[in-house]
Order: sequence, then C-alpha cells, then structure tokens
Amino acid sequence: MRRWLLPEAIEDILPAEAERIERLRRAMLDEFRVHGYELVVPPLLEYLESLLTGSGRDMDLRTFKLVDQLSGRTMGIRADITPQVARIDAHLLNRKGVARLCYCASVLHALPASLTATREPLQIGAELYGHAGIEADTEVIRLLARALSIAGVTASRIDLGHVGVFRALAVRAGVDAELEQELFAALQTKDLPGLRELVTGIAEPLRSALLALPECYGDARALEKTARLLPQDAEIGQALDDLRRLAEALKELPVSFDLADLRGYHYHSGVVFAAYCAAHPGAIALGGRYDKVGKAFGRGRPATGFSMDLRDLAQLGAASARPGAILAPWDEDADLRAAIEALRAQGEVVVEALPGHEGNWAETGCDRRLVKRDGRWQVVQGE
Amino acid sequence: MTGITIALSKGRIFDETLPLLAAAGIVPGDDPESSRKLIIGTNRDDVRLVIVRASDVPTYVQYGAADLGIAGKDVLLEHGGNGLYQPLDLNIARCRMMVAVPDGFDYEQAVKRGARLRVATKYIQTAREHFGAKGVHVDLIKLYGSMELAPLVGLADAIVDLVSSGNTLKANNLHAVEEIMAISSRLIVNQAALKMKREILQPVIDAFAAAVQP
Repeated sequence: MRRWLLPEAIEDILPAEAERIERLRRAMLDEFRVHGYELVVPPLLEYLESLLTGSGRDMDLRTFKLVDQLSGRTMGIRADITPQVARIDAHLLNRKGVARLCYCASVLHALPASLTATREPLQIGAELYGHAGIEADTEVIRLLARALSIAGVTASRIDLGHVGVFRALAVRAGVDAELEQELFAALQTKDLPGLRELVTGIAEPLRSALLALPECYGDARALEKTARLLPQDAEIGQALDDLRRLAEALKELPVSFDLADLRGYHYHSGVVFAAYCAAHPGAIALGGRYDKVGKAFGRGRPATGFSMDLRDLAQLGAASARPGAILAPWDEDADLRAAIEALRAQGEVVVEALPGHEGNWAETGCDRRLVKRDGRWQVVQGE
Repeated sequence: MTGITIALSKGRIFDETLPLLAAAGIVPGDDPESSRKLIIGTNRDDVRLVIVRASDVPTYVQYGAADLGIAGKDVLLEHGGNGLYQPLDLNIARCRMMVAVPDGFDYEQAVKRGARLRVATKYIQTAREHFGAKGVHVDLIKLYGSMELAPLVGLADAIVDLVSSGNTLKANNLHAVEEIMAISSRLIVNQAALKMKREILQPVIDAFAAAVQP
C-alpha cells in the first residue's frame, strides 16, 4: 500500500507555487473589488439538481456525487461555481439593478476537463447580473484582460462567438433535440465531413448556412463573411451586430471571432468568449452570457461573466523574484526581539533558528542573517 | 514553437500524405522508413514533421505538441476527438471497419437468438458503440494486433477490424459480415493553435483542402 499516493490528476501545491497562487488570488480579488465586484463564498456541495441547472450532460458526468444522510437526496460537489453564484443573485440578493459578484474556490471534476488538466481546479471568476446590453459584455471582457495582465499573462487572442447564430439556424430548420445535439458536437470540433452527413435532411438555405458556420472564424473579415454566407434573419443580424459593436468597443484587445465555438451551448444564451495565450494548449479563460439560468432559481436575470483556473494561470505567469528570508538566532534579547518585529513590520520574512536546527537554515529559504555587530542587530548577506 | 509542427504516422498515411504536403509546398527532408529520426525537417524552415504511432497522433495534437496531425477516423473514434478540430476528410488511407467471423459461423442467427458474443478488437469504443446500437450483448477482448487469430484459436466468436482488400481475412478462413463504417484519414488541428497561428496554418489547411482527391 503506497500511502503517499494521491488519486489521478489530484495534487498537492507546494510552498513556492502555493505562495504564487495565493498572491495572485489576493491581487485579482483586489482588482475585482475596486471594479465593484463583491466576493461571495458558495458552499462546497449542494443538491445535485441545483448544481446541474441548465447545464448539459458534460457537467453531469463531471460532477462527483454522494447521498446526503440527512435528507436522502443526491448531492454534488460543485464542478463549476457559476451556477451557484447565479442562484445567489437570483434567489438571495434580490437586487433590482445590477449585481456584480466574484468568487475564488476549488471545484472538483470527476472527469478532468482535458488530457493534462487537474481534477481540482482553483476557479476564480467574476459575474455581472442585471444588464442585457453589450456594455456588460464589454465590462467583463475588459476585466478579464486586466485579470490576465495581473497574472503576467498576455492574452494573444480573445475569441468572440455568439450562440444565437446557431440557435436561430437550428430553430428555423426545425431540428429535434437529438439532431441539434449532434450538430452542436460536429460544430464544436469543426467536423465538416460529419456535419455534411447530418444536414442532408435540412432544406436550403439553412443547410448551406450550417455548413458555412465552421468556416466563420478569424479576424473582423470573418464577421463580414458570416453576414454574407448566412440567410437574412433578424436574430442572426442582431447577433452579428452585437459582435461588431463589442469588437469596436474592445479594439484595444486582440479580438477575433469564431461563430462555431458554442462551448456551454446548453446554458449560454448570447455572446461567448475565450482567451488564449502562448504556451497553453487550450483556452486559458472562458466566459459568456447565460441569461436564462437564474430562472430555474426563481428569477431570470441577464447574466454574463468569466472564470479561469488560478493554478493554470500561476504556472503561466512570469515568476517574480522575491528576496529570501532572514535567519535570526534564538535569543530572548529585547533588542533582538525589537529588531525582528521591525523587520516583520516592513514585510520581511524573519525565521528564528530554533536551538539545534541552525545547520538547516538554507532549507527554509533564508539568504540573509540577523547578526549582532558593534552592539547593534543588523542584516547581513549570506552566511 | 512559432512554426508549424505536423504529427504523422509512418507507412500508408505518410505515403499518401506526401502529395498533400507537396500541394502546400512542403517536402520532407528525410524518409521516415529509412531514417531513425523522430523529428523530420522540411524544405520550409517553419515546418517540421514528428513521426509518431498512428494511435498517438490525436494525443500529440490535443496536447499542443503538434499543431496539425493526420489520423484515421478509426483512431479518432477511439480517442474521442475531444478538444480537437477535424475540419477535413483527406480521403486517404481508405478502408472499412468491419465485423468478421470464421467461415461456418452463422452470425445472423447468433444475433437473432440474442447470443452473447465474444468480440476481439483493437477498437473497443467503436465496437461497443456498434453492438450497443444493434442491441447485441458482447464481451470485448482488447487485442493489439493479429485479430484474425482470435476466432481461430477459440478466443473470440467475431472480430472488429479494418479491412482494405480482405485478403488477410480470406487467408485465415474468415469473412466480413457487417460494415460498421467507411474509414479515411482526417486532418486534425489543435484548437488553440488554430486561434493563435491562424495566419500560417490557414494556407496549409486550404492547400490540403484544394488537393483532396474526391
């Protein structure tokens, strides 16, 4: 029995990385706070039916489940905090106007989200409720860009999509739920050969429009291309117009488009976005509009927001060098106590060498010492 | 890595990909059959090929170790294809995924009477999906090669395998009883790479698309 062994894709975070993550967490939550986002702390687990509201089968498979001994009901350990925050906004806060909320906590995935992903991401995110216009999308995408730059990560692409385009096409084509799901899966992977087989029963011009969607990606020209390839339709026109205005508002960011990127189609309702950066094989942050989720909790509210894995981010960001700790001798000398207090007040790390452990001081990350010279306690470099 | 890395497997897929690469102006610097190199340069400084096992191609591309890859549909179905784009059927390395049984085995009758079949295959997911859709109970036996042997030595009642000419089946007194699907190779693309390197990837994808034989 290897008692030290952890389950697959579950890991400890060791001191250097833990410190980096924690510093990042504080910096980001501070940034969210000065933008008016209030911190909430939803529970680690709740009844499965509230956790899975509006989400698809993916989320169901991804959620660890257990039976509540008190009620006999099935509970899930959250695999995503967003629905919990939507519940808080819809049912508990009951604000009439805009509510801005943020959170940072661990979630668990029974199935890892990707090949190398951890099963315990540290999800951090911000959500904006109560405004349906693209001003809200603009605000959260700008906030996302700020958050990434705090992490020392430059977003090389912020990809915008809009689930309204596919949804309108699917409704006009009158496809049943099963076919809609298959079309969605084919679009998600830009599986054009598969898509061709699926659309055989769909009438023109909708068939060509669905086949054109996987190619509707790229820079601003992709939007013009989409408008040209898709049939005239008020809903599609509105969606493309939203994207155009959003891109205009965000022109300081590296914005691109992908109309076939429908990730989270089940609960997303409008603009969706994903941030990509170099040296990461998938999206680093995901977000979008999910206007209908709150309804299941008693109050449908416009909603948009983003979230990301803080562990991922901490690994990607440039590690800033921090000075090492200072080693102080174990001594009850009042001057020494005062010197240590003063250094700690300045934010220095001062480690007191307990008797008998002086030899192992390098292990604790000390690169300076507090020594008494000329009757004064002072910090000297090295040994 | 700023250039393009393409993951390929040796043999038929590599040979039949050469004309497509040529159409995109890419000529490999070495022949993987004779060279022992796993990373092969090309005439273009910004394009390199990595030679991996066919079943590993989706893994390399999904992880971002390669931007593009060429993988059979059989391999993609086993892998699941999650996190990949697969925009193009290259129509190369064509064959069929079939159910085959020994001569003298009445497959239809066995299915009809609801027998539980023992099926040997390398393609566990595909076989499970196929027999599941048919409503047939099967015990799947995962093998890594020489599937044809399994029914001959009593290890299985049937096999699920790729068939191109059918000669191997014939030589071992087996015959195909059911086609599961037609197989050909797909171009697969890492999702983040398509976003980040679209300017250099798109011309290659377009050249492949234009060169695909019907």
